[in-house]
Amino acid sequence: MLSAILFGLGVVAFIFKRNILTIFMSIELMLNAVNLAFISFSRLLGQLQGQVFVFFVIVVAAAEAAVGMAIIILIHRNRGTLNVERVDSLKD
Amino acid sequence: MLTPQIAVFLVLAAVAVAGAVSLILQRHPIHSALSLIVVMVALAGLYLLQGAEFVAAVQIIVYAGAIMVLFIFVIMLLNAGEEERTNVSRAARFVGVPLGIVFLVEVAYWIGRATAHLSSPPTQMVSTRDLSSLLFREYVFPFELTSFLILIALLGALVLARPEGSE
Repeated sequence: MLSAILFGLGVVAFIFKRNILTIFMSIELMLNAVNLAFISFSRLLGQLQGQVFVFFVIVVAAAEAAVGMAIIILIHRNRGTLNVERVDSLKD
Repeated sequence: MLTPQIAVFLVLAAVAVAGAVSLILQRHPIHSALSLIVVMVALAGLYLLQGAEFVAAVQIIVYAGAIMVLFIFVIMLLNAGEEERTNVSRAARFVGVPLGIVFLVEVAYWIGRATAHLSSPPTQMVSTRDLSSLLFREYVFPFELTSFLILIALLGALVLARPEGSE
């Protein structure tokens, strides 16, 4: 049962690989998938540490979201686009 | 064989995967964000199913509440429209899809191997008291560090997003 959970999680973690604007949401999704793995193993092994770790992951995700959003706003302001294919100054 | 638990699990897992797929397929960012909320709620249900009640509550409050509000706020602020149809380069398609499948199979294989000899114990609710005593006794230093991290992130976000020209 639990490995089935994690299989579904693997599907989730894989699917969203090549999107453009929703990349950031995909990152959140990946973090969630990892959280699910932590919870599952925490129960499977009968230890609480997994859940404590999930808290830290959530906190880091929140911080990362705040900074990421600031960066996205900045990119939008400077380049006027949200498409990562257009943010290619390093190519020139 | 189909205990209520497994049935609930299957439903929630299906909802989560469907939400994730919808996140990929939607062209409009706001729809993607709403799908992501569906995934979060389904995952919270899964946590609850596994006896992690406090984590489920935190998941709803922090993810579905705070982080998603931030997402939607930014999407509306930037007035993000439809995503233009980009032609994914051939290389990305040819390399990315097989790579993703290989990764998926590999992860599933190792998790299956790691959990093969473990039998799932009966679900018991983890009391929030146990969790908090562990968090505040053994992990109090990382806990304080995360508060510091939040502070830094807050300052960083402010500095990055402040209006142009203001010092």
